[in-house]
Amino acid sequence: MAEGRLKAEQRQFIPVTFTLNGKPQEIQVEPHELLIDVIRNRFGFTGTKRSCDVQVCGACTVLVDGRPLSSCTFLAFEARGRDVLTIEGLAQNGKLHPLQQAFIEHGGFQCGFCTPGMILAAKSLLDQNANPTRQEIIHFMDGNICRCTGYKKILESIQAAAKTLRQRGSRV
Amino acid sequence: MLRRFRLEEPESVKEASELLARHGEAARIYAGGTELLLAMKEGLVQYERLINVKKIPGLDQVKLENSTIRIGALPTHTNLEEDPVLKQKLPAFVQMEHNVANVRVRAVGTLGGNLCFAEPHADPGTVLMVLGAKLVAEKASAKREIPAEQFFVDAYETCLEADELLTDIRIPAMPERAGAAYLKFGYLERPSVGVGLFIDWDQGDTIADARIAVGCAGPRPKRVAEAEELLKRKSTKEAASALARAGEVAARAADAIGDLHGSAEYKEHIVGVLLKRAFQQISQQRSSKSQR
Repeated sequence: MAEGRLKAEQRQFIPVTFTLNGKPQEIQVEPHELLIDVIRNRFGFTGTKRSCDVQVCGACTVLVDGRPLSSCTFLAFEARGRDVLTIEGLAQNGKLHPLQQAFIEHGGFQCGFCTPGMILAAKSLLDQNANPTRQEIIHFMDGNICRCTGYKKILESIQAAAKTLRQRGSRV
Repeated sequence: MLRRFRLEEPESVKEASELLARHGEAARIYAGGTELLLAMKEGLVQYERLINVKKIPGLDQVKLENSTIRIGALPTHTNLEEDPVLKQKLPAFVQMEHNVANVRVRAVGTLGGNLCFAEPHADPGTVLMVLGAKLVAEKASAKREIPAEQFFVDAYETCLEADELLTDIRIPAMPERAGAAYLKFGYLERPSVGVGLFIDWDQGDTIADARIAVGCAGPRPKRVAEAEELLKRKSTKEAASALARAGEVAARAADAIGDLHGSAEYKEHIVGVLLKRAFQQISQQRSSKSQR
């Protein structure tokens, strides 16, 4: 049925209670609404970028329950009961996450459009695997595309952040 | 952009099947949505309703029952690549799942959805064919088992009836001496060619059973019995020298289509290359196993 043929009173709204960047949220969404639009338009978290729109590039990556997914092709109602993290939720008390710090120090970006997705995907990897091999990083990050810097500096940034996180972990 | 649709959330297979029967082509089953939503965003397909099957209990399990591995339709590719039972029992399947699309698609896309969408450039169907899998289809009043090689009818088309759902994938455990491999090649996001191979040996060095399937090259994955016959009852060495011929037969049977992923001739060539490599991989695993 074409859009517009569903009259206003026939519209379906789904209550969605979820956590966004650590804060509990309660919203109503229509079934066809995409997570990227809800994040950007309702919450103003525009760090989540729409680019290829077909799950190939990774610019719209967000973490849902710690796993990276393409918010451009993920229905918003599926966030029910789940924990969503965007790039805006990564810094704690004004202090950058070690991955953000490492991307700055190692020049892991130029234009920055792919960076939120890169950093979130890398966070998911490092949360699962504190000491990934070069090959494991490449396999995991395979679906995040950068068109400026090439991947060497991105790889170095992730390796440096992994080291920082391991050192921090061993101090605790 | 997605057009508006209504969402149905049945809590049993029966209820889902009845919804399909009631709404016909205006409704479609929705699981992970990684392929369906892309087609809907592009406006290639439109549905008045999506039927979310993820609230149906029990379809997300992986279980070892006697000598059969039962996989529900709903585990995601990530669930499957990380599953301890599958890692132990079906390493070739786990390897395939580990390399489906990218990490984000694997986290959301389901095995059942992948099979039912029947996108030609997909991996799981080809592997399931060589592993001897059966797919269980269920509707309100009946249940049937479909051998994997009969499931795919054409590109984007399966043999499921309008009110049937795929509920289970049943894979026999690997025989002790058998090996399996799935290799793919492509330079775009999706593979140009995928080749699955299963080899079982008798107590000596004779190949007791061989299964070959080719996917991605043509409209649907296919078992190639004629190529399998060239390897059966041969010694490992004889089979190795019959591989070139088996590759040609498999390539011809693949109905390769020239497209963005490569010309038909190119894909046919790759079928032969991947078949040889798959055989080498299985033989090497076999000899390292016998040395242990």
